[in-house]
Amino acid sequence: MPDEIPRVPIALRVNGKRYALEVEPRLLLVDFLRRELRLTGTHVGCDTTYCGACTVLLNGVSVKSCTALAVQADQSEVLTVEGLEQDGRLHPLQQAFADHHGLQCGYCTPGMLLSAYQLLAKSPNPSEAEMRKGIAGNTCRCTGYQNIFKAIRAAAAQMRGR
Amino acid sequence: MYPRPFRYHRAASIREAVSLLAELGEEAKLLAGGQSLIPLMKLRLASPHHLVDLNFIPDLSYVRPEDGLLRFGALTRHAEVEASPAAQQIPILHDCAAGIADVQVRNRGTLGGSLAEADPSGDWAPVLLTLPTEVVCVGPEGERTLPLAEFFVDAYTTVLRPAELIREVVVRRPPPGSGGAYLAVKRSAPVYATATAAVQLMLADRETCSEAGIALGAVGLTPIKAAEAEAALRGQRLTPDTITRAAEAASAACDPQPDGRGSAAYKRALVGALVKRAIALAARRARGEQVEVSHIYA
Ligand SMILES: Cc1cc2nc3c(=O)[nH]c(=O)nc-3n(C[C@H](O)[C@H](O)[C@H](O)COP(=O)(O)OP(=O)(O)OC[C@H]3O[C@@H](n4cnc5c(N)ncnc54)[C@H](O)[C@@H]3O)c2cc1C
Ligand code: FES
Ligand code: FES
Repeated sequence: MPDEIPRVPIALRVNGKRYALEVEPRLLLVDFLRRELRLTGTHVGCDTTYCGACTVLLNGVSVKSCTALAVQADQSEVLTVEGLEQDGRLHPLQQAFADHHGLQCGYCTPGMLLSAYQLLAKSPNPSEAEMRKGIAGNTCRCTGYQNIFKAIRAAAAQMRGR
Repeated sequence: MYPRPFRYHRAASIREAVSLLAELGEEAKLLAGGQSLIPLMKLRLASPHHLVDLNFIPDLSYVRPEDGLLRFGALTRHAEVEASPAAQQIPILHDCAAGIADVQVRNRGTLGGSLAEADPSGDWAPVLLTLPTEVVCVGPEGERTLPLAEFFVDAYTTVLRPAELIREVVVRRPPPGSGGAYLAVKRSAPVYATATAAVQLMLADRETCSEAGIALGAVGLTPIKAAEAEAALRGQRLTPDTITRAAEAASAACDPQPDGRGSAAYKRALVGALVKRAIALAARRARGEQVEVSHIYA
């Protein structure tokens, strides 16, 4: 094994803000976000590509950031839960999760919000089946999902109305 | 969890990826969607010294219809196949693409990576084995095109040579009067299936099966082409009797391992049931019916 691993320069935008830094190749995207950028909203649940707590958008598509390398996000646009709020106002999905009890412990919530965001970007008025499929990669151990569906439905209606 | 240290190389072209692999030798691995490789590296079940990233190669991700063929770039994500109108015209491809894991894994995982990984439970292999499919590989000695049927050697093992990669996957479009369906039973979305069945039929008059492709997934070390099950249908009218015979032949053809997902006997029975259902769905589609098919969660 070579002793000195060269760091790799990456330049990307996270929640609209530009960053340029050098990272170790094995640094996971989630650890880059949490440790290097101190954006700790993105959670690590399982660390094995199952639970979806670490979901972020990479160039507009949802990915499990525990299963992507930071170097792969070079030249990309990343959206995390911190980027949903605009000008101090919660995103309609965030507000709806609060209003409809779409969370209890909140551990799954950042990933759930990003998966819901991805779903509504593709399907502004999702059917029950589309909602189930849309968040199938996100595990919630608290809510039983019904209030999450209520919240997504309410946010979708509000976003269509705007 | 994080992988052992490795050096990162970004290929700008297929040619460069091949020469990097040749130069770096056995300790180098390609990185496509990373949805198999990164979890293995985090668990330290794989510890390559070098990763050659394919993701920045332009124009390696496409679904291109051409003269009765459908060409897929190796880096085409499962989600891109799911959304492709050209791929949707072959319903079995859409069944497969839309059923793999969850949205996030489908957004990242690639067709080329899936075939190269040769996971015994991978979904693409059984599906593509029911259609005439070829794999275009590029290595230091140049390009070669192989039938998919000759591609898999064993679990996690293919005929790919050192420094050789998949560039493209080419599927021949089934003729009119054809229909297929892919069914998988799984516990939840982000896991591999317990057993799967892929069936592609051609009907001569709405009843008689003139051509049949049947392949089984997750019930052997490699995907299994169930030749005797196909023979049980070929030239026959589709009756409960012939369908049962095909399902029994498929059960006999599989070689399932008992594991947390079920006993060997359970999986064998499951394969029979899935083949029966998939034949019925494929036949309805061959007759021009629009049928929604989705994986079964149990
Ligand atoms: C939670 C979870 C659930 C999953 N469930 C399913 C499922 O239900 N069904 C299913 O089919 N799959 C499933 N997968 C696997 C997923 O489909 C992977 O994407 C796929 O198996 C590998 O593709 P990749 O592009 O991610 O490859 P990588 O992980 O990047 O690579 C896999 C292997 O292939 C090699 N490789 C990659 N590209 C090429 C190429 N072009 N030429 C030669 N070698 C190459 C790599 O070096 C590596 O050895 C699941 C994965 C996860 C994490
Ligand atoms: S932490 Fe990434 S999927 Fe669970
Ligand atoms: S709110 Fe606790 S896991 Fe979802």
